[in-house]
Amino acid sequence: MTHAIAARFALAYGAFRFDVDLNLPGSGISALFGPSGSGKTTLLRCIAGLERPAQGYLSVNGKVWQDSARGLFLPTHRRALGYVFQQANLFPHLNVYRNVCFGLKRIGKRPADAGLDPTIELLGIGHLLERMPDRLSGGERQRVAIARALVLQPDILLMDEPLAALDFQRKQEILPYLTRLHQELDIPVLYVTHARQEVAKLADHLVVLHEGRVLAEGPLTETLSRLDLAQAEDQQAAMIWEGCIAAHENDYHLTRIDCAGIELSMPLIDAPVGTPVRVQIFARDVSVTLAAPHATSILNVLPATLTAIADSRNGQTVLRLTVGALPLLAHITRKSRQLLNLQVGNSLYVQIKGTSLLN
Amino acid sequence: MLSADDIAALWLTFEVASLATVLLLLFGTPLAWWLARTESRWRGVCNALVALPLVLPPTVLGFYLLLLLGPNGPVGGLMRELGLGPLPFTFGGLVVASVLYSLPFVVQPLQTAFAAIGEQTLEAAATLRAGPWDTFFSVVIPLARPGFLTAAILGFAHTVGEFGVVLMIGGNIPGKTRVASVQIYNHVEALEYTQAHWLAGGLLAFAFTVLLLLYGVLKSRPAVEPMR
Repeated sequence: MTHAIAARFALAYGAFRFDVDLNLPGSGISALFGPSGSGKTTLLRCIAGLERPAQGYLSVNGKVWQDSARGLFLPTHRRALGYVFQQANLFPHLNVYRNVCFGLKRIGKRPADAGLDPTIELLGIGHLLERMPDRLSGGERQRVAIARALVLQPDILLMDEPLAALDFQRKQEILPYLTRLHQELDIPVLYVTHARQEVAKLADHLVVLHEGRVLAEGPLTETLSRLDLAQAEDQQAAMIWEGCIAAHENDYHLTRIDCAGIELSMPLIDAPVGTPVRVQIFARDVSVTLAAPHATSILNVLPATLTAIADSRNGQTVLRLTVGALPLLAHITRKSRQLLNLQVGNSLYVQIKGTSLLN
Repeated sequence: MLSADDIAALWLTFEVASLATVLLLLFGTPLAWWLARTESRWRGVCNALVALPLVLPPTVLGFYLLLLLGPNGPVGGLMRELGLGPLPFTFGGLVVASVLYSLPFVVQPLQTAFAAIGEQTLEAAATLRAGPWDTFFSVVIPLARPGFLTAAILGFAHTVGEFGVVLMIGGNIPGKTRVASVQIYNHVEALEYTQAHWLAGGLLAFAFTVLLLLYGVLKSRPAVEPMR
């Protein structure tokens, strides 16, 4: 993975200090995750040039957009980016088609040359082109906003909590489009969110921000398996495995998933064999045994190696294990840890009580 | 019916009001944009200055303008140095006075319209490669169109209706500075009530039509029409 985006910014608003130094990959979705006030949106706005920090350096695909040391600052409209705001911010005086073409006219491209039709198709807005923005639902508006940014074929796509303003149903309506984006797009996407579910579904790379600083950063599973984060996440700590559908067991209403050589059984998935899937395994759903359990109702029992142990809140302990090459987290009680006399390096068996499919 | 003098006065009124409206839109637009967007500490002072003509007796404004523009005033003196004629008691003086007198009626609707356009809409335009001027012409002006219409109508109508400032700075010169409102005053002074009725009734009908246009037609139509 090449580091196509280098971003260093420092600024202060009263008591809020913001100081980040990041190198982000040139493809896939990087989630900027953190509670409100952690600086996620500030980072995005700095990259877009909507904020101008006193000290800043930004290069995208080898092009320097900002370098305060040299007094260089490209204004927003000269940066090859796409930006999707929390509110769609469509121009209310233009219909959908004109909204989508607004940027195209300005980079001197004709709609036909610019891959307009594939973008309209990708976001499913073909039937809305004549409508005015006030005649669209929240979800439709956000899809138009995404199309309007994408059609410029930007070097980087910035998305600031694009689902936050939508209700649950609208979120479910848009997520499949974002998943398609993820599969079909080769430009880097920075995706700001405070929703764990969106990170789990969409992200390839994770940046965790806290109080204006980068707390952790790296490929998704690697970052999720960090014990300090797992401790902080407590009951929400989870691991993501990627794999594909290996086989269906229709009699039992089950599907077997292959994740890098590890087989998992899941409730039947309505998709053909070979379909790529993402599986989320919460640490609280994983228990460990010293010997292979020979009589258990749990289907997913796998051999594992214990690689790290950390005590957590309320008498809990977090374990980090590896199953084959895959990391896994487990929540057990501190008492169990002592009874089993767990040590780093132990060979164990993990029992996975529950898994959830993410896509 | 209307005499030749009456018609001359009406025509002059129309000329002054038209020119003043054009100038007001030209200078009022950047001023209103600045007032709507700035975080400067001078904002309050400027807002108050713009609003002054709303509360000042027109004769006060006229009096100070006369001093300012007169041959011994700072502006009048400067104009004489530059070889320009004096403004008081001329058509030019009437237009300058009208612009100042009607300023709040143009700036305030524009300022309200500009302020209603969210910062985020402008930022969205910037992320879609539109520079500041481009954004102003392709996003701000279309979105503020109802504000521009209101500003133009109010600016024009208010200029038509002025009296005190005109009398102070323009005087009562037939064909040159005698506008309709002054002509009505002349008729009444001369006890020509029938003549006064024709003009006054005309202005009343005009004012009502304009306001009806503003509150009736403009407000019932959607601010933005579908286009493609």
